[in-house]
Amino acid sequence: MRGAAVLELDHLELVQGPFRLTAHWSAGPGERIAVMGPSGSGKSTLLSAIAGFLPPQSGAVRWQGRDLVGLPPGERPVTILFQDQNLFPHLTIAQNLALGLRPDLRLSPDDRARLEQALARVGLAGLGARRPAQLSGGQASRAALARALLRARPILLLDEPFAALGPALRQEMLDLVDQVARETGALVLLVTHDPGDALALGGRTAFIAEGVVQVPVPTTTLMADPPPALRDYLGRK
Amino acid sequence: MASRARPLSLAAPALAALLLALVAAPLAAVAWRGAGLSLGPADWAAVRFSATQALLSAVFSTLLAIPVARALARRSFPGRGLLITLMGAPFLLPAVVAVLGLLAVFGRSGLINGALTALGLPPVSIFGLHGVVIAHVFLNLPLATRMILQGWLALPAERIRLAQSLGFTPRETFRHLEWPMLREVAPGIALVILVICLTSFAVVLTLGGGPSATTIELAIYQAVRFEFDLSRAAGLAGVQVALGAAAALAAWTMARPAGFGAGLDRKLALTAPGGWRRGLDGLVLLLAAAFLAMPLWAVVLRGLPGLAELPAPVLPAAGRSVLVALVSASLTTVAALVLALAAARRPSPTIEAAATLPLATSGLVLGTGLFLLLRPFVSPMSLALPVTVLVNMALSLPYLYRILLPEARALQADYGRLADSLALRGLARLRWLVLPRLARPLGFGAGIAAALSMGDLGVIALFAGERQATLPLVVQQLTGAYRIEAAASASLVLVALSFALFWACDAGGRRAGA
Repeated sequence: MRGAAVLELDHLELVQGPFRLTAHWSAGPGERIAVMGPSGSGKSTLLSAIAGFLPPQSGAVRWQGRDLVGLPPGERPVTILFQDQNLFPHLTIAQNLALGLRPDLRLSPDDRARLEQALARVGLAGLGARRPAQLSGGQASRAALARALLRARPILLLDEPFAALGPALRQEMLDLVDQVARETGALVLLVTHDPGDALALGGRTAFIAEGVVQVPVPTTTLMADPPPALRDYLGRK
Repeated sequence: MASRARPLSLAAPALAALLLALVAAPLAAVAWRGAGLSLGPADWAAVRFSATQALLSAVFSTLLAIPVARALARRSFPGRGLLITLMGAPFLLPAVVAVLGLLAVFGRSGLINGALTALGLPPVSIFGLHGVVIAHVFLNLPLATRMILQGWLALPAERIRLAQSLGFTPRETFRHLEWPMLREVAPGIALVILVICLTSFAVVLTLGGGPSATTIELAIYQAVRFEFDLSRAAGLAGVQVALGAAAALAAWTMARPAGFGAGLDRKLALTAPGGWRRGLDGLVLLLAAAFLAMPLWAVVLRGLPGLAELPAPVLPAAGRSVLVALVSASLTTVAALVLALAAARRPSPTIEAAATLPLATSGLVLGTGLFLLLRPFVSPMSLALPVTVLVNMALSLPYLYRILLPEARALQADYGRLADSLALRGLARLRWLVLPRLARPLGFGAGIAAALSMGDLGVIALFAGERQATLPLVVQQLTGAYRIEAAASASLVLVALSFALFWACDAGGRRAGA
């Protein structure tokens, strides 16, 4: 493991009805980790727990040694992008971004300048006055990433937010994620079912099999010689 | 827990407990006073009549509202917006005024019987069971239509587009989109109407009466006001509560969620089928409009000439009514919003109970209970208006709560996580998420609360002396004194004020939510 661990999943056990998921590993600052696994294996469940929507049955989620359990989602060092509904449809794009700076939307001139900068940074300059329904899927993803850039939280959780986009657009978004993460120094956890995404992200991959989130291993190593469960999932002989 | 205590999480249970006490205390007083009382045959006849007329009224109102709402949902024509606004009118219409209008159309010397006589046919009577049901359908069909229409408009555009892309026939659209929606909203609407009709007072006072057409409410009123037999009133109130509770429970098991996901805010209407369906929709709208407009028009004709010389009590009574309506509507809306938001976050039996218990009661039941509670300490007459405000709030809360709860749940399901992850809470959450997203149902609900309060003739009839009379009471007194023209004029003032209050709330909500 490179550097000191900042995110620690310590004997984490998540339970939702009959479903059970455990994880016991840690990640260093600025790491890129893809979370892969068959659908229903608990990829989103893991992210929900880190983001604070699902209290664990037992174990701890630690950030820089501090247990996050019990901390409400908004107070965690986390930005999360969901599969959809990342923007409020009744607010403009600028207002949606502003929520990342000040939930009461009272922006200082300085905040405004940062907001414009962030919009320009993701290629949405001049579109701040639009509403989400007037944007394409790719543009909506960019807006959500711009807000992540403004919030600059040290953990960026991506719960398949680009699943509905085409391969070229998805690649573009992953590049943008890479830039945003570089600028904010964020640790990235990306849920995906596409090995291509995991390779593009770089870093390590945590594969989920039989209710256990495996310790992440470097993605290139993993793909070169996949364990049997992953091989089945990928459909390789 | 590192999380800070949120004001809302403390306010909601406290508020729920307070509201529960407001309803439970009068009920306890009624139960204590009425315990062990045996009801006579006349009382049981009243029970049977109450149930029969309420059931018939609820079924007819809801079934007839479905084709009207569908026609409004899928057709666009000039005056559609006006018609939808007018659909609010009969519900705003205090029952006394509605009865006056129906008498002018269906009464002995009314339009219908005039036409029948001209054709040499025997006249029909508006009095008795069918008259009560017609009046209740008149009063509740528009409410049902508007509530079902909201269900239609809430069909997500994505689902409609999917139906269009799959080339659904009208029949398939009905089966896969409209029927699941109706199955979710219609039982709740029928319940609302059933309970309104179960506790209907003014309609039965005029169109019912006598041994064959007396409801429990009417019997309670007669026991308190004329016989001053508080024990009998309390016994009847107990039966009314049991009946109301049974109705609420029955509808509870009927309502089921439709399971539509969230959709983006792109507006899209259902494809309007052409051909004979187009003609049928037109006919449905025409008939509904005529049925609703004719009695209103009759009141206008009779009331207009006397507007210049209103009887002296009208204006002070109007002022009292508006004040009562504004205060109770504001209190109800705030309370319903607080409870619905809290319940959407985490279901709570206390909140459910606080928002459900009033359904089992009525103005006269709570009035009887409060009368019993207050009499040892103060003259109940001196508290007529505050009591009216409280009772109106308690009685309209269940409707507002039920209007707001599904919306609050959808809000929580669709945007709760996003808002939580952005630490959007407290006043900022209220301003930037809750109020904009819920503006429409809030406006509609506040309008309903104001209208219900404005036209209320239940509890005030038990309590008021000369100086606390509200406008509906004045209308009723004028009608009772056979000053029909003056009653119609006072009715116009009452209707204008009710309508203005409802319109201001509903339009405000629609504008803010647009």
